[in-house]
Amino acid sequence: MSLRKFISNKTIAALAVVLTVFANTSVFAQAADATAEAVAKPVDMGPVYKTVIFYTMGFLLLCLFIAIIGKALRVYELTREAQDKPAGINWNKVNGTLFALFLIVGLYGVYWEYTVHGNMILPEAASEHGKKIDQMFNITLIITTIVFVLTHIVLFVFAYIYKNTGKRKAYYYPHNNSLERIWTIVPALVLTVLVLMGFLTWRSIFYKIEDPNNKPLSIEVTSSQFAWALRYPGADGIVGKKNYKLITAVNQLGMDFTDKNNIDDQVADEMVIPVNKPVRLILTSKDVIHSFYMPHFRVQLNTVPGMTSYFEFTPTITTEEMKAKTNDPKFAYLFLCSKICGEGHYKMQKEVRVVSQAEYDEWVKQQSPYLTDDLRKEFNMPVTAAPAANAADSVAKDTAAVKTNQLALKN
Amino acid sequence: MSTISLHDTHHHDSHDDHGHHKETFLTKYVFSQDHKMIAKQFLITGIIMAVIAMGLSILFRLQLAWPEKNFPILETFLGTWAEGGRIKPDFYLALVTIHGTIMVFFVLTAGLSGTFSNLLIPLQIGARDMASPFLNMLSYWFFFMACVIMMSSFFIQTGPASAGWTIYPPLSALPTAIKGSAMGMTLWLISMVLFVASSLMGGINYVSTVLNMRTKGMDLWKMPLTIWAFFLTAILGILSFPVLVAGVVLLIFDRSFGTSFYLSDIVMGTQVLPNEGGSPILWQHLFWFLGHPEVYIVIMPALGISSEVISVNARKPIFGYHAMVYSLIGITILSFIVWGHHMFVTGMNPLLGGVFMITTLIIAVPSAVKTFNYLATLWRGNIRFTPAMLFAIGLVSFFISGGLTGLFLGNASLDINLHDTYFVVAHFHLVMGSAAIFGMLAGVYHWYPKMFGKMMNSKLGYLHFWLTFISAYLVFFPLHFLGLDGVPRRYYAFTEFEFMQKWLTVNVFVTWAAILGALAQVAFLWNFFSSIFFGKKAPQNPWDSNTLEWTTPVEHIHGNWPGEIPTVYRWPYDYSKPGAEEDFIPQTVPFSQTMSSNMPHDFEGNTEAEQIQKDWEAKNSKPDTDKLV
Repeated sequence: MSLRKFISNKTIAALAVVLTVFANTSVFAQAADATAEAVAKPVDMGPVYKTVIFYTMGFLLLCLFIAIIGKALRVYELTREAQDKPAGINWNKVNGTLFALFLIVGLYGVYWEYTVHGNMILPEAASEHGKKIDQMFNITLIITTIVFVLTHIVLFVFAYIYKNTGKRKAYYYPHNNSLERIWTIVPALVLTVLVLMGFLTWRSIFYKIEDPNNKPLSIEVTSSQFAWALRYPGADGIVGKKNYKLITAVNQLGMDFTDKNNIDDQVADEMVIPVNKPVRLILTSKDVIHSFYMPHFRVQLNTVPGMTSYFEFTPTITTEEMKAKTNDPKFAYLFLCSKICGEGHYKMQKEVRVVSQAEYDEWVKQQSPYLTDDLRKEFNMPVTAAPAANAADSVAKDTAAVKTNQLALKN
Repeated sequence: MSTISLHDTHHHDSHDDHGHHKETFLTKYVFSQDHKMIAKQFLITGIIMAVIAMGLSILFRLQLAWPEKNFPILETFLGTWAEGGRIKPDFYLALVTIHGTIMVFFVLTAGLSGTFSNLLIPLQIGARDMASPFLNMLSYWFFFMACVIMMSSFFIQTGPASAGWTIYPPLSALPTAIKGSAMGMTLWLISMVLFVASSLMGGINYVSTVLNMRTKGMDLWKMPLTIWAFFLTAILGILSFPVLVAGVVLLIFDRSFGTSFYLSDIVMGTQVLPNEGGSPILWQHLFWFLGHPEVYIVIMPALGISSEVISVNARKPIFGYHAMVYSLIGITILSFIVWGHHMFVTGMNPLLGGVFMITTLIIAVPSAVKTFNYLATLWRGNIRFTPAMLFAIGLVSFFISGGLTGLFLGNASLDINLHDTYFVVAHFHLVMGSAAIFGMLAGVYHWYPKMFGKMMNSKLGYLHFWLTFISAYLVFFPLHFLGLDGVPRRYYAFTEFEFMQKWLTVNVFVTWAAILGALAQVAFLWNFFSSIFFGKKAPQNPWDSNTLEWTTPVEHIHGNWPGEIPTVYRWPYDYSKPGAEEDFIPQTVPFSQTMSSNMPHDFEGNTEAEQIQKDWEAKNSKPDTDKLV
């Protein structure tokens, strides 16, 4: 950092000049105008602060400043040397102290992060299995935080205490088998506990035993670029078959209406689910891989074209209750896409409402079926006549809601 | 043994014979077959790529921090990709994709392994050059071509690949799904095939050199940990990279020849594609079969470098040398059976999720052992804070921080809610990104005198370290909490979601921290490039280190050592040995010259040597070393 710094300063200055010329002539014509204006009326400096050249110059100035400090340090050291005094600045001491400082400030920073940003994270899990996940998350968080803090204290305190002073010799300590055994076995044990807990929770999420008294509500989710389509099973409780080859502008999901289960299937604009009733999600995708992610319920599974996947969960907190809990009158559950799927990836979302069983029953009645007149034509079904279906009410609704259907489909 | 010595003499002779022949500029700097020059080529290419990738990250950080603001300068440079001074969503995705690809493959794989394996393997094991210098040269030039092709995708109309660095099909297979999957993806795939070829040529070279060309006395258990790390990394690469090529070739077939390896049941809009019977999950298996070992390919050389740097600068033997090697071997083996933890929520059979969770959490054990061993090495050391040492300590810190969050993600149940969120971004940027970059920088500062024969400015090094260390934590620590709030990664803007609004200020903060970190690299770049020309001349052994590379002359010569290759007598970590005059004993010093400091276990059960030592200790009068040789 000796003489060369001065050369460098010249280089920097030259560069700055070149940059200024470049900026003023071509790229930042606007900016230059703004600057000119600012010169005429020195009050308005706003546009100047917005130009790239302003920041570039600022940075170069900073570089110059650092170079000058470097030079000053060098001069100081040289004079110490010339006077046969010990080297001016003990950089080992400086760096060791900085590590100690970093530890203190860093630990406070971690505390601040945990308390401030830690309070901005998701509210408590709104599903049965989510509670288990949260519990395990907390255990893991406690263990890792302890290890994180302790190891960092050890690391930086050692760095501070054992910095070179020129007076000591390091302690020759190549190995200690029992010590190494301890810190192999202890992490192994802790990890075994975590693995066991994780494994059991994982199994309880994906290997559900069906409760005959509380059968799950099946909802089919179909992702496409960049929208979600929901399909409710209708009165029969079964989501009908579909075939991607049947997809047309009218039959967006490719539903196969020769399958009777499809006839009463309903379209929905938002996901409304009754509280405390298991929901079985049937996840499919039309085009690329998306990921169905419901953060509040700790539910996530990719939707993969050509492969149907399933996720079952039980919501436990209604939207209204959650509004009260989070103290946020605007609170809304939602699901979104978390797997990169194209340029509209950041927009894919739908609202979820968790309601009481009664509210759900009321809501589901108003949802229109997928089967429209256009679709009836396509599948050679009678257009206005009621299809020979057992469920009388669904038939009634079919005919009544033909017009709304068409609207809904256009959406 | 005989083959080794034969090889040595051969090289030695030929060196004397041809030592005076003139090297042209082309053979010395461009098509060089000298491992030291190739290492420098890898390093400088890696640095250039790192600067580019860092620039890309600043671009998308700008977008994340100020999604509503216009930056006219962006339009100047990016044209239609940033019309009106705002980055477009598809170009944003291209930015994150290319940032990831360059950083993982071009900087942290080729830039790290390519540089330091090439430089250190021959120098530290005592070889004249690599087993196949020509292959080595090809390895660099394939890498270079891969870089050029990857960057060329910025100059085509549809833009670079933009399906994420993991390029999951069908998004990456269908140009109709995203613009970047047109020509840009083709270039990405070609670049990657070349890259893997480069990496394989390098890897084969490293392994054969380590196995066959060690100097006399350099048995495997006398190798520095750097060499162990490079050796195991090369094995990992050789075994896993071909799988990526297989996957890439199948993807090329799907894209260009109408096959259906990864595609099935796809409808774009209302257009039904004819592909049937493939599975997008297959790609993920193939990709992550490389992809997970890849993160260890990235971190293991960094760990090896930091082992060496910490030991040298703490003036202490690395604690638990054998445990360090065994944990590296453990990581190498285990890393092949953990790839499924990237796929917990893909809809893969949940049974597999359970299995992969177990293997994944097991791999934390060797990692923990390594961390504790680093801490034990620092204990009662005599720490010199060279810039390299600072970066090595920084690596340990990042490795702990990022490693611990791995316990969350490796746990399948917790991964359900964390998968593809910012928590993942924070995790791997700390443990893989920051830690590996710090390992690389530690290596650059430490072996710069060996590479260029000049010293770097240490004060600029301190400045560089502290700014980078602080800004890296400022950038990545807050991102964990975005993830815990369920904010997914690769989102172009947070403006579409009510619940993400509160993170906008955090994004601004993170972007400023990232800009600070990027500017700090100017200190490094300045230091690096100006020291090549104006740096102080390096002494023979600037760090008082034990390893063989510091016995070679400062001025590079082809063949490394002017005379015979030195013989190795001891392990590389005899620092501050009690009884020794100085606080280091190079590997080339025989035990007979250090009678006062020898320990019983030094002789590894050689009874004759032990007897001689006992006799000497019994006499314990004047050290009469010559007789004992």
